[in-house]
Amino acid sequence: MKKELTRQQYLDLYYYMRLNRSVEDMMVKLFRQNKIVGGLYSSLGQEAISVGTAYALEKKDWLAPMIRNIGALLVKGVRPRDIFMQHMAKYDSPTKGKDGTSHFGDLDDLHIVSPISMLGDLIPVMTGVAMAGRYLGQKTVAMTWIGDGGSSTGVFHEGLNFAATQKAPFVLILENNLWAYSTPVRKQVPLANLADRAKAYGIDSYIVDGNNVVAMYSTAKEAVERARAGEGPILIEAKSFRRMGHAQHDPAEYVPKEMRAYWEARDPIALYEKFLTSEKLLDARDKKEIEEKINALLAKEREFAENSPMPPPEFAETGVYCTGDDCHKIRAKWERPIAEVTPPRSSVEAVWTVPGFGSGEGSRGANAPMHFGDTQAAETLPAGAGKPAGKPPAKVTPQKTVKTAPTGASRKARR
Amino acid sequence: MPGTNGGASNGTSVTFLEAIKQAMFEEMERDPAVVLIGEDVGVYGGAFKTSEGLLERFGWERVIDTPISESAIIGAACGMSYCGLRPICEMQFIDFIVCAFNQITNFVAKGHYLWNAPAPMVVRGPSGGGVHGGPFHSANPEMYFVHTPGLKVIYPSTPYDAKGLLKAAVRDNNPVLFFEHKFLYRRIKGEVPAGDYTVPIGKAVVRREGIHLTIISYAAMMHTSLEAAEALAQEGIEAEVIDLRTLLPLDEETILNSVKKTNKCLVVHEDTKTGGIAGEIAAILCEKAFGDLDGPLMRVTSLDTPVPYAPSLEEYFLPNAKKIFSAAKELARY
Ligand SMILES: Cc1ncc(C[n+]2csc(CCOP(=O)(O)OP(=O)(O)O)c2C)c(N)n1
Ligand SMILES: [Mg+2]
Repeated sequence: MKKELTRQQYLDLYYYMRLNRSVEDMMVKLFRQNKIVGGLYSSLGQEAISVGTAYALEKKDWLAPMIRNIGALLVKGVRPRDIFMQHMAKYDSPTKGKDGTSHFGDLDDLHIVSPISMLGDLIPVMTGVAMAGRYLGQKTVAMTWIGDGGSSTGVFHEGLNFAATQKAPFVLILENNLWAYSTPVRKQVPLANLADRAKAYGIDSYIVDGNNVVAMYSTAKEAVERARAGEGPILIEAKSFRRMGHAQHDPAEYVPKEMRAYWEARDPIALYEKFLTSEKLLDARDKKEIEEKINALLAKEREFAENSPMPPPEFAETGVYCTGDDCHKIRAKWERPIAEVTPPRSSVEAVWTVPGFGSGEGSRGANAPMHFGDTQAAETLPAGAGKPAGKPPAKVTPQKTVKTAPTGASRKARR
Repeated sequence: MPGTNGGASNGTSVTFLEAIKQAMFEEMERDPAVVLIGEDVGVYGGAFKTSEGLLERFGWERVIDTPISESAIIGAACGMSYCGLRPICEMQFIDFIVCAFNQITNFVAKGHYLWNAPAPMVVRGPSGGGVHGGPFHSANPEMYFVHTPGLKVIYPSTPYDAKGLLKAAVRDNNPVLFFEHKFLYRRIKGEVPAGDYTVPIGKAVVRREGIHLTIISYAAMMHTSLEAAEALAQEGIEAEVIDLRTLLPLDEETILNSVKKTNKCLVVHEDTKTGGIAGEIAAILCEKAFGDLDGPLMRVTSLDTPVPYAPSLEEYFLPNAKKIFSAAKELARY
């Protein structure tokens, strides 16, 4: 690891990784005391991914977590009590007991979209969030995560391909932890590097050591800023390992001992502590202070969560529909002049006209306007294409406007 | 058509298709948060030309041509709606909506209930048979979605309603599915008023008053039911015809009021029989008007098969005025 951040940034990354692990440790205790209603998933050993990537976002940016991204939620500003209460199905939880785990969001303040269980579904949704941010002039970036297993879903491809065609400011973190439940990654995808999937969509990708929080952060930061600058979506493959079973119930006996041992020796927090110590960014006293701060915070948060009531049964019947303005005042937050997207300024000129095109019923008939691609396409049209010629130009394919991935996804790879 | 425009108007007579186009145009004109997203909706103006001219007027950012990715269309629209936009998604044929079934039923529909996230979006597209579209271009998939809490489902039968309900759908804070029977697109004309108006979602309308039985229908079959009602009148049977217009939420009040008056009910739908809305209406009548019924609830629906291609097969498959006429006559005499 090379020194490139401010001391505060280094310590923030450390704090959030420790907080992430402590929150999950505490939930294991709650689980063993039967205080958690459903299953409990662990991100043990993957904290550097959630924390490093989410730390690259600005406050106005959007994220949508997957089940192993509690670290990302904490970085974005979610209180540990909310995570505890979600798992305990409490009435004061963000979903008031209607859903559990990390399935909650905050549209107004933290800009978090709730995941659903169906893997991959967030990818087109966050693409839409990214497109809306761009449309409204907010200069926001949307980020979400997907597993090695989740990258096999159809909606992963539909979503990422659409994001690529739209050049949406969207960053997708592919957490390759080598396992999808009991299925090893080689049965999921016949690729050595899942980042190679990016080539299929003509987008850039990175490969990062998912147990190196500084590498995760700086790669994500670069990707986020490139996406924000209009370079289109970017895929980051984080290579790591799922240290626990799929969830608490799964002893993961299918994982080879040697594999586990290899990765346990590369614990992201232990590695980072070593780095911080050698760079003199953290000493024993700092470490103890941080530990005490986290312990005190979590004791309070846990107490609050445990004291929260369960939802009253009749609450089940409420809230299926938005009842209107009294329920939600839905207002787009414009940060660009509306005139840009309303007529006459929104109106687009035909690139060329095609005589007789669509002259069927209900159409304008002769000389219907034709448009092609985006406005850039006009420059690449053959001469004379702008005129209403007798025949449409033979070759109308514009130059690719989407930047293609460099050969070998590892142009910018950090291994 | 009686009651088509639901009131006075000095507007013009337009096709069903034109009414839909006007609704989108006017809503996009009114509110820059409204965008259109779908396959071939921009340059081409939509497979049925419902969005013709919108690209020229509103530009690339608001009329978004997509790859052939229904889940991405619905998913992206959902994401946009979380940011305060009001996207209208076009399914090129409504048959393809099931490619995005998961996105609609799990993501879009559950968000408000689970995490207080309204998704103000519309999913619309051409549906229905009778045009020899075959098994994959004739679907009536409304009941998959009527079974999904969190959605609203509209299936209009007149240009007036199509325009007013589509505008209401765009302004609604919930995800609304809007089915456009393609048989009606160019065959049905009706008056629409000159100015802005909406038709309330969740309200049925009595298209024809009668006393001997109630015929409940919607979409293209509403017209077929009215045709049958005219023939019944020749025989002295006065049928009351109700147009549901919205299937979810269902207007129980209008249904119950009518059946309490006529004491007999026939439901006509182009959707297949098993699991169609007629079953739900039968259950409601049993629960809330059992004592008022003087006869069995009867159904005239399509067969429980896929929509067949050959005209002779499709005609046999679909309900028609004759089938409605004989069922209604049998019921009236019961
Ligand atoms: C579409 C879909 N199919 C099946 C499941 C059930 N399921 C939940 S997690 C999981 C494994 C996911 O593996 P991966 O994407 O690699 O994520 P990881 O658990 O390793 O973080 C499966 C099969 C699901 N949630 N969604
Ligand atoms: Mg995995």
